[in-house]
Amino acid sequence: MDAKVDHIDETVEALTVQGVSHRFGDYTALDNVSLIVPKGSFTVLLGLNGAGKSTLFALITRLYDNTSGSISILDRDVRRRPTEALQRLGVVFQARTLDQDLSLVQNLTYHAALHGLGSREGRKRANAALELVGLSDRAGEKVRNLSGGQARRVEIARCMLHRPSLLLLDEPTVGLDIGSRESVISIVRELVATHGLGVLWATHLIDEIEETDAIVVLDKGKVLYSGSVPGLRKHAGADNVSDAFRALTDATIKPEAA
Amino acid sequence: MTIEPVAAARASVSQASVILDRAPQRHGLLAYINCFNGIVWREVLRFLHQRERFLSALVRPLVWLFIFAAGFRQVLGISIIPPYETYVLYETYVTPGLLGMVLLFNAMQSSLSMVYDRETGAMRTLLVSPFPRWFLLSSKLLGGVAVALLQVYTFLAIAYFWDIQPDWPALQIGFGQGDGFVGISIPPPFNGYITVLPAIVLAGLMLGALALFMSSVIRQLENFAGVMNFVIFPMFFASSALYPLWKIRESSPLLYEICWWNPFTHAVELIRFAFYGQLNLLAFAVVAGCLVAFLGAAIYAYNPSKGLIGRRGGPGGGPKG
Repeated sequence: MDAKVDHIDETVEALTVQGVSHRFGDYTALDNVSLIVPKGSFTVLLGLNGAGKSTLFALITRLYDNTSGSISILDRDVRRRPTEALQRLGVVFQARTLDQDLSLVQNLTYHAALHGLGSREGRKRANAALELVGLSDRAGEKVRNLSGGQARRVEIARCMLHRPSLLLLDEPTVGLDIGSRESVISIVRELVATHGLGVLWATHLIDEIEETDAIVVLDKGKVLYSGSVPGLRKHAGADNVSDAFRALTDATIKPEAA
Repeated sequence: MTIEPVAAARASVSQASVILDRAPQRHGLLAYINCFNGIVWREVLRFLHQRERFLSALVRPLVWLFIFAAGFRQVLGISIIPPYETYVLYETYVTPGLLGMVLLFNAMQSSLSMVYDRETGAMRTLLVSPFPRWFLLSSKLLGGVAVALLQVYTFLAIAYFWDIQPDWPALQIGFGQGDGFVGISIPPPFNGYITVLPAIVLAGLMLGALALFMSSVIRQLENFAGVMNFVIFPMFFASSALYPLWKIRESSPLLYEICWWNPFTHAVELIRFAFYGQLNLLAFAVVAGCLVAFLGAAIYAYNPSKGLIGRRGGPGGGPKG
């Protein structure tokens, strides 16, 4: 619809991480991590707590620099072209990051301003985004009055305001009840299907994975597998993802057993 | 490590569309202004919504003014020192110090909220904005100063009815002298309220920059009690806020030296002189110099490639997962 569409080049991945390592002192949080998130894919980053998921997210969002390897969002290296890369990125952090005392619309227009949008445009997009997550009738309410699941949906609306091409979600369903979890997941899957976004969904919950998802298994800072879900089962020689994951991660604890 | 083709996952993007997939614009001046406004507006909104914070920010200096200063009036005689031209009541002397205290607490509170933000992730929300970090941090700083200005002028309005007001001759902006004067003449107390503004802004920025730098160094929220004890109280008491420096020299030359090297002393003196329409050059130079140094340190500390935030236990959450 627009002359200047970002996604013309089908070959460019939404996210490319290549050979990234990161250390805190003598602790290796990430060890030579490579993965891709293609456009229009729902890619699950599966790993237990402490696997390095949040560190990877901190590097992609440029909270700190990757000192080795490269990270690019739609071919824009986050170190060399941070502005362009961050413009194309939407993030939902694990921690709740909305201002409790401000209304939904105030929270969203603040975020729109952080991307350089004026208040009128911000409000317009905020209302559209709230509609997307089914909360337009709560627009003027304080975030404090929302349930955990609703607040998460607001955060998803928020990360869509600047029309990113890549979404990062860091364990977005932690602490939500089953109903809220399902609605959060289905909203994000809907975005992938209708808008061709690339999504990197970090989780340790295996039941959030669908057969058609791409999957990356991260354990102790290493990528153990990257590919399709059936491929993962085949690779690990297991009947289901749960067993496959256990087989892969156990193998790193007891190499002789593999 | 096994990498398999992810063709299966590569869904059709032919329907990519509607509201979302337009290429982002380049950031022009307007975008910077929008971003700045958004950050400042959020700070002000948050402050106004936190009634308790507003109330305690107001009550704190008033308690000092109404109770402490009233009780202290008879204990401490203030001789005539610049910028005062006559004997002044202790309440009058202490008012610039209390303005400084308002700024100090506000700055440290914003530092607290930043440490807190950092833990809840609001700081990260700010830092994933595509604008340059120095711009984001400076905007946040100015947002804090905007909040401080609300407190300062509310305090001054109440102090006015307590008979504390600048009383120097009308501020004249224009040409000519005496009867031949052409221009605007601003009578007291409004002249002092206007001339104190740039001093408040500069001092507020300096203290805010200090707090910003501290927020990047402090690891955990619990440590803010330490900030109170080790930063706010020493800075406030070892300064010219409550007593003139020459009085301190009489009791302890060492303490005098400490007070003299305290940037907060110079922030207070800058405000004190500005309140009477005068510029204290030394205070100005010290406050401006400290602002540059603290802000530079803060921007350095929040720089992803050089700074301190990538260290273990930093705001990224360190290696928790």
